[in-house]
Amino acid sequence: MLEHDVLVVGAGLAGMRAALAATEMGANTGIISKVYPVRSHSNAAQGGINAALVDRGDAWEEHAYDTVKGSDYLGDQDSIELMCQVAGEELISLEHMGVIFNRDDEGRLGTRAFGGQRRARTFFVADFTGQAILHVLYEQLLKSEITSYEEWFVTSLVMQEGKCCGVLAMEIRTGRVYLIKAKTVILCTGGLGRVFEPSTNALIVTGDGIALAYRAGVPLMDMEMVQYHPTTLKGSGVLITEGARGEGAYLLNKDGERFMERYAPSMMELASRDVVSRSETIEIAEGNGINGSVLLDCRHLGEQLIKEKLSQIYDIGLDLLGIDITQEPIPVQPGMHYQMGGIKTDVDGLTSVPGIYAAGECACVSVHGGNRLGANSLLDTVVFGHRAGNHAAEVSKGTTQEPLDVEELVGQEEKRLAEILSRDANGDRVARIRLDMGTAMNAHLGVYRDQNGMKEALDTIQQLKERYTTVPVEDKGRTFNTDMVFDLELGLMLDCAEAIAVSALERKESRGAHSRTDFPERNDADWLKHILVTSTPEGPKISYSPVVITQWTPEERKY
Amino acid sequence: MDLAVKVRRYDPEAKEPIPYWSEYKVEVDEYTTVLDTLINIREDIDGTLSLRCSCRSAICGSCSMRVNGHAQLACKTRVSEIAPDGGSVTIEPMGNMEVIKDLVVDMTPFWDKVKAVDPWLQPEGPEPEGEYLAPNEDMLHLAGVMGCILCGACVSDCTVLEVDSNFLGPAALAKAYRFVADPRDSQEKPRLDSLRQYSGIWDCTRCMECVQVCPKGVAPMDRIMVMRDLAMNAGFDKEIGARHTDAFVELVSHSGRLDELKLPVKTVGMFNIRAMQSFAPVGLRALVRGKMPPIFHKMLPNVENVRRIFRKLEPKK
Repeated sequence: MLEHDVLVVGAGLAGMRAALAATEMGANTGIISKVYPVRSHSNAAQGGINAALVDRGDAWEEHAYDTVKGSDYLGDQDSIELMCQVAGEELISLEHMGVIFNRDDEGRLGTRAFGGQRRARTFFVADFTGQAILHVLYEQLLKSEITSYEEWFVTSLVMQEGKCCGVLAMEIRTGRVYLIKAKTVILCTGGLGRVFEPSTNALIVTGDGIALAYRAGVPLMDMEMVQYHPTTLKGSGVLITEGARGEGAYLLNKDGERFMERYAPSMMELASRDVVSRSETIEIAEGNGINGSVLLDCRHLGEQLIKEKLSQIYDIGLDLLGIDITQEPIPVQPGMHYQMGGIKTDVDGLTSVPGIYAAGECACVSVHGGNRLGANSLLDTVVFGHRAGNHAAEVSKGTTQEPLDVEELVGQEEKRLAEILSRDANGDRVARIRLDMGTAMNAHLGVYRDQNGMKEALDTIQQLKERYTTVPVEDKGRTFNTDMVFDLELGLMLDCAEAIAVSALERKESRGAHSRTDFPERNDADWLKHILVTSTPEGPKISYSPVVITQWTPEERKY
Repeated sequence: MDLAVKVRRYDPEAKEPIPYWSEYKVEVDEYTTVLDTLINIREDIDGTLSLRCSCRSAICGSCSMRVNGHAQLACKTRVSEIAPDGGSVTIEPMGNMEVIKDLVVDMTPFWDKVKAVDPWLQPEGPEPEGEYLAPNEDMLHLAGVMGCILCGACVSDCTVLEVDSNFLGPAALAKAYRFVADPRDSQEKPRLDSLRQYSGIWDCTRCMECVQVCPKGVAPMDRIMVMRDLAMNAGFDKEIGARHTDAFVELVSHSGRLDELKLPVKTVGMFNIRAMQSFAPVGLRALVRGKMPPIFHKMLPNVENVRRIFRKLEPKK
């Protein structure tokens, strides 16, 4: 029998941090991931991790204010305060585990500037900070007693009497379904980038945990807040770090003008991401772009700095476009990058459903509100992963495992999966439905939105959900059936897509990443509140929750 | 541009589970990567094709496979570079690992070997309140190794692993180096002591394959060579490998060129009867085929020049 006190789903930064915390608390801990842990998408975080260190003359209040302002006042200020207060501690603990952060001349941790912040407080490892931290947490995982289920795909949460008691999961290598009992389940499955096409996100980023929680009755919050990153590679949509602009790179239009001067005169290229992405979109729409993109110019940074601090994007330019960024600017455009919203949790990762926790990108505490600052996501994962692990371990101590009819539950799930495998060819394909979904989402829930477009997207999603119920899987085998995994992922993504569209239609104002051409202004009187969406048999149901304001009253946002 | 993609397939559930080839015709442009091509095949032509892939930008390490015979990340390889005028590309699963299905291999032994080098930082003494102080050059140097994404390409093409599956392999040894060279780690000597054992640093044959195929410039073999030096400097000089190195240096610095007859003798030791006996068949075969090195080894005429080089390079004792 597979059984744990705490079972973490997802082995990226939040997941591994949560599992390490839980095991340190003495809980019997398991971690389950559909890929090997070091393949997780936390790898892709290039720029760094924010922390205001007092001994560098910084203050957590400053960091918190920048975050609140960045969130367009939709972030909950109590959660933001907490995150910024413990940031230094978490950063140092990562360093103690072995992360090789860049140093200053005295051998102390060095910083770089990042968008939307008035002070350089981003700690980094060249431009592969996420990878450097992910691999160190993996080292700690190897050192620990945690049971690791690698290349297992969670297909459902097991609910009994309104409480989560474990997961049903398919071992991808054999196609067999198992029930893993758990007193608490922490969802750390990351974002939902692939709901959009294109996206900077890896192909595995399919909103699994968000949809699993949603199906289990947990409300999702701020789902309309989808971040478009200002610098993604033209064509493939691969991420080019904000660290490039942090180190001083320029954004240019077709005339070679640093157009940000007109949109954000004081912060220029380092205004917050929503602002820069909108500016680029306007430039391109007004005919100042070059084939649908603008240019990111790193040339003046010099070859040494580029190769030392921006080595990965140097390689990406060469590998994917054959462009040497020390010699030539590269074409970039805004691209879907991050989901600010997600599973509604408190600061301990706990959701409204007993036994279900969430942390990292799949969760919404909410510390990012309407727009996340660069390098706050890594911080979010370790701070709230840590707290969720602690809390879940503590709660598990006082909980007894409910008896479950394992055979019955596994049998039902196997039947559900067998039905998918048994479908006859009907000319449709999983990939086609996914592309239709991604294209509609990108067209109508991108940088700018309006009522008609979003309605059209929602209609499309609902039609695709119909098609999904009969779409066949071509691979009929049990062994490493990736075709089957894509099918299951698509079902989860469609739920996420619907939640995004429904929430976005609801918010009749422009705030943060949610910019409506039909409601161009922010409207604090009516919309300074979170939008929640809950799954019901009658369809998605909307409700609201107040924004927590502690010390910063909303004001106009200028960079 | 039209391209023929030949993919080596394997379905363990087939009636007769033996590898076979599938060939697909696809259209590619200048920027299409091998991975794009495979994804297109999987999505539009043949959904039964299994492969691992995720990030599409050479950071997750999922999509290593053999492309035209060498391990590479499919996402980092543009088709136009390897088949500039179209034609065909051959894709196979990584080597030195058991195939599960199609391009998916079993990486369990790979992870086990990474774990075998105790890959976690082991500092000494009480933790400081703030960060450990460390020179930036050291961190930048380590970044070169931490750049390793554990994709397995080096292990796939390692020529030692082809004949000895016990070898820890380039990826695990590069991981070990990351701790040996970390100024914050206190276990350099015990780590080297364990790495010098059988299946460790001395089993590498310096074939360079790992350096060549590594998509991240980690150069595992170079790290292994540094650890050999460090191990010998730490006093671990009794291994065959270490003695071989010493013997090599001694012989060349004496006569200006290698005395191939003395090298094995010096390496294993004159009185190591069993090892000496094991050379006999090799010696006999060499004799029969006229490949026996001369019994009387001659010095190079200008040997003093060679000795001067050695004196200059030799660390002061």
